[in-house]
Amino acid sequence: MLVYVPPPLRSYTKNAHQVNAAGSTLDEILWQLDQSYPGIRFRIIDEQDRVRRHIKLFVNEELTEDLATPVQAGGRIHIICALSGG
Amino acid sequence: MAATFRSTLLIGTRKGAFILRSDGKRKKWKLSKPIFLGHIVHHIVQDPRAPKTLLMACKTGHLGPTVLRSSDLGKTWQEAAKPPAFHKAPEGQKGRVVDHIFWLTPGHASEPSVWYAGSSPQGLFRSEDAGITWEGVAGFNENPMLDTWTGGEKDGTPDGPKLHSIIIDPRDAKHMYMGCSSGGVFESLDKGKSWTPVNQGCAADFLPVKDPEFGHDPHCVRQHALMPDRLYQQNHCGIYRMDATERKWIRIGNNMPTKTGDIGFPIVLHPHDPDTVWVFPMDGTEVWPRTSPDGRPAVYTTRNAGKSWHRLDKGFPKNQAWFTVFRQAMTCDDHAKVGIYLGNTAGEIWGSVNEGKIWNCLVRNLPKIHSVEVAKQ
Repeated sequence: MLVYVPPPLRSYTKNAHQVNAAGSTLDEILWQLDQSYPGIRFRIIDEQDRVRRHIKLFVNEELTEDLATPVQAGGRIHIICALSGG
Repeated sequence: MAATFRSTLLIGTRKGAFILRSDGKRKKWKLSKPIFLGHIVHHIVQDPRAPKTLLMACKTGHLGPTVLRSSDLGKTWQEAAKPPAFHKAPEGQKGRVVDHIFWLTPGHASEPSVWYAGSSPQGLFRSEDAGITWEGVAGFNENPMLDTWTGGEKDGTPDGPKLHSIIIDPRDAKHMYMGCSSGGVFESLDKGKSWTPVNQGCAADFLPVKDPEFGHDPHCVRQHALMPDRLYQQNHCGIYRMDATERKWIRIGNNMPTKTGDIGFPIVLHPHDPDTVWVFPMDGTEVWPRTSPDGRPAVYTTRNAGKSWHRLDKGFPKNQAWFTVFRQAMTCDDHAKVGIYLGNTAGEIWGSVNEGKIWNCLVRNLPKIHSVEVAKQ
C-alpha cells in the first residue's frame, strides 16, 4: 500500500513523500509504518487509538476516523495535516 | 586568573528552542540558531547528573507530544522510543490523552537515569532510562481521587490543565512535591505511590468552599536546596512560604505593595540564601490580563523570607510594556553574584547580573517564550 507522508512527518521517513506499508486495515498499515519508522504512529494516533485532532486520514478518497477500515490491495493512504492555527 | 561567570540559557518557545550563551563576564550573549524551528517547546532542561544531556518537551500544531533527548548539549537529538502517554482506557470508556508535556524534572542524584515529566491534562510520568521510555506514575494518574482533586479537564489554564513544579527532595528520592493547576500542591513520601494535598493556609478564593483541602491553583512551587524544609509558591491567589515542619502556607505576598498585588506566574529562589526570593508580578484583576501591572514591568524581591519586598525595575521599560512571564520562564544561575533571567511573551530575554538591581534586554524578537532554564557548560 502506498502511504502519502505530509511534510511534518517526513523527518521520520528521511524526507520520503510516499512510502510503502503492508496490511489489510488502516490500523495494520499504521502499525507497519511504525515498525519501519519508529515513533511516527504516536504523532498521528493518540494513546486511546483515536486520530489526533489536526490529522485527517484518507483511505483512497474516503475520509475515515475508523482504524478498522479495510484497505484493498493497491489502495492508497493519505495522511493529511489539517489547519492547526498560527 | 580572573574568575569567569559564564552562563547558558535554554529557551523553550512557541516556535522552537534556542540556546543563549554568555561570555565570562555575562556581558555579551550569543544566540544559537533555532532548534526544531516551528515545534512548540514547553520545557528544555539540563541533566545536572550528566551535564551534556538535555531533555526537551515538544509537539507541533499537528502532531502529538513527545520528548527529545540530546547527549551532546543540543547538537543532535533523538526522540523518546516511548513518549509519555496515559493508559489505554477499557472499551466504552473515554480515556485521557496527553496534549503536551509541560514540565521536566531530573530525578534524585542517587538515581542518575530517572526523570519525571508533568503533562497537560494533569499526568505524572517517570523514565528510568534517561528519558528514552516513559511510564505513567499510577499513584497519581490512576488515583481514584484524581478528578476530585483536579476538577477535571475544564478546570485548568486557557492552554489546558497542567501538572508542574515536580520537586524531588535532595535528602530523599522518595519524597516529592508537585503542583496541579488546578488541584493544588501535593506531597508524596513513597516516590509517587500515594499523594496528600498540602494546601492548608493557601487561598482559593475562586472556589465557593472556604479553606478547601484541594482545588487550589499553584502557579509555581520551589523548594530551597540548602533548606529543603522551606518551600515557596507563587499561587493564583498570592505568594506563599511554607516550612514543611509546620505544613501551613503563610501568605507573604500580603507584604507586597497593595497597588501591585501579589499575583504572578514564576518564583525564583536565591541559590545561596533561603530568605531571598524574586517574583514578577502581573495584573490579576477583573478578567486577568496577566500583564505587568500598569504596563510597568518590575521584579520584586524579598531578602527576609517575605517580611518586606522591594521593587527592581531599573532597565525595564518605564511604561507601555504589556508582557507576561510564564511560570518556567524565570530562573537564576548560581554564581557568587547571582544572575537572574526571564523570558516574556513578547519574545525578549531580560537579564540582571547583580541580583536584579539593573536589567538588560539580552535578546529581542524571539517567538513567545515558554521557558528559560540555566545550563552549565
